[in-house]
Amino acid sequence: METYSLLREFADSWMLLFLFAFFVGIVFWVFRPGSTKEYRDTASIPFRHDDKPAADEEART
Amino acid sequence: MINYFKLIALGFITLFAMMGANYARDLAYLVHALIIVAVSGGLFVWTLRRVGTTVTIPQDEYFDGVVRAGVIATAFWGVVGFLVGVFIAFQLAFPVLNFEWAQGFANFGRLRPLHTSAVIFAFGGNALIATSFFIVQRTSAARLWGGNLGWFVFWGYQLFIVLAATGYLLGGTQSKEYAEPEWYVDLWLTVVWVAYLAVYLGTIIKRKEPHIYVANWFFLSFIVTVAMLHVVNNLTIPVSIWGSKSVIVWPGVQDAMVQWWYGHNAVGFFLTAGFLGMMYYFIPKQAERPVFSYKLSIIHFWALIFIYIWAGPHHLHYTALPDWASTLGMVFSVVLWMPSWGGMINGLMTLSGAWDKLRTDPVIRMMVISVGFYGMSTFEGPMMSIRAVNSLSHYTDWTIGHVHSGALGWNGMITFGALYYLVPVLWKRERLYSLSLVSWHFWLATIGIVLYAASMWVTGIMEGLMWREVDANGFLVWSFADTVAAKFPMYVVRGLGGVMFLAGAVVMCYNLWMTVRKAPAKEASLSVAVPAE
Repeated sequence: METYSLLREFADSWMLLFLFAFFVGIVFWVFRPGSTKEYRDTASIPFRHDDKPAADEEART
Repeated sequence: MINYFKLIALGFITLFAMMGANYARDLAYLVHALIIVAVSGGLFVWTLRRVGTTVTIPQDEYFDGVVRAGVIATAFWGVVGFLVGVFIAFQLAFPVLNFEWAQGFANFGRLRPLHTSAVIFAFGGNALIATSFFIVQRTSAARLWGGNLGWFVFWGYQLFIVLAATGYLLGGTQSKEYAEPEWYVDLWLTVVWVAYLAVYLGTIIKRKEPHIYVANWFFLSFIVTVAMLHVVNNLTIPVSIWGSKSVIVWPGVQDAMVQWWYGHNAVGFFLTAGFLGMMYYFIPKQAERPVFSYKLSIIHFWALIFIYIWAGPHHLHYTALPDWASTLGMVFSVVLWMPSWGGMINGLMTLSGAWDKLRTDPVIRMMVISVGFYGMSTFEGPMMSIRAVNSLSHYTDWTIGHVHSGALGWNGMITFGALYYLVPVLWKRERLYSLSLVSWHFWLATIGIVLYAASMWVTGIMEGLMWREVDANGFLVWSFADTVAAKFPMYVVRGLGGVMFLAGAVVMCYNLWMTVRKAPAKEASLSVAVPAE
């Protein structure tokens, strides 16, 4: 089989399945239990270190 | 020690560029060689004078100098790009503006790519570099990685802009949309872009926050994807190392497909993903509340980058491209509507509970209308990608109108909002010089865009219908010149819309300038990191 057909067949089948499963996996992962609390913290990152970088010892405030 | 290597490298580059100026086969190459001689020679002297001095970089503060420079460059290139746009709009309405004495340099064909690249890459690119450097530091709680590499990225990018712009005027172009610069300018941009990626990734890797904030995901996808697109679409072989002409390795329809894979993803990742990174930082900051749904932002991100990459073939309906490829592009373009509107909803709903700010804060009004224009043009785009609609809209001014409602409305307005946020923060001012001037800018820009988009809809659909109209015997009713004559009033309205948009940008520059000069300085705050709750 020439390279084009081989790649075309792979893209049409396994790669498509992989990408689709990856995306669906992400959607499930986002709604995993406990994510709401964690994301509430992540969403407030922009409001923490406006003026200067965090010092080394303080992992996060 | 490193300075000696720099001096050796700069010396060789200067020598090589001098040889280039001597052997140059065309004008664009000659001028570019001379620019490089001046830049690298100047850098040589500058480095020489600093040999032996050591530079200490304070790690306990953010690297904001490069962001300030980026803000100035964004405002400057914005006005230049809009001005060229207004001029070429009137060149179309009044062809006499293609002056006889400037033929071959400043006629419409030379100035149009200059306008496109100036607004996308000079205005938009500088806005992206500046805001991404600002955001990645704040959301990582770490100083920019790489010492002064950030300055290299900034100045290297300005050199790219100057080389690209002068090249267009002098005829050094490979005539690929959004990718006109010739091979050596492409190589230079690749170097700068790799440095940009290194600075950005380095900062993320040394971050103090355990999570990577969503804005950084968007910026990172923008940087990585643009690198990939740029390299694949510019695989050219120079005819001579002493000339600007090069030949692309892709043949025929493959070249067209690669070009529009690049072109549409330049829109998708440069003008969308990168600017969404801005949206996910500046709208929460200006509204003083976190993003509406962080879950939605993650799904938005993955859906957008998984789908955008396939939409390119819709630029090649009814061409030599196979039907299955253009159908694929069309279907993915329509599916793309969903993640686009997911992002729009996330941006708009961030204001829920704070809608009153729309009345009092013209900056947030600017950000909200930009997201509104994003929603509108990401509805219009999928519609125009449908083959039947495309048969009417393609090659007409409708496309131009669509591009501008996205570029002026979404990219322009969100950038203006970001600049209004950034200048008081970066120059440590209490507030902006004048909020009523922001309101003036808002209305000038909005009415300007409405005039622009509406006139292009009318003229685009009109010429599309005129081109396909046949009489009872099957003959075409209109000649091409008939459509050109019919479009004149709309072209004048479009030009006026551009004048208003440009005037708004000038008002913004005055306001930002006066903010730095006149607005009261912010008192040195305690700069203690404030706990989240």
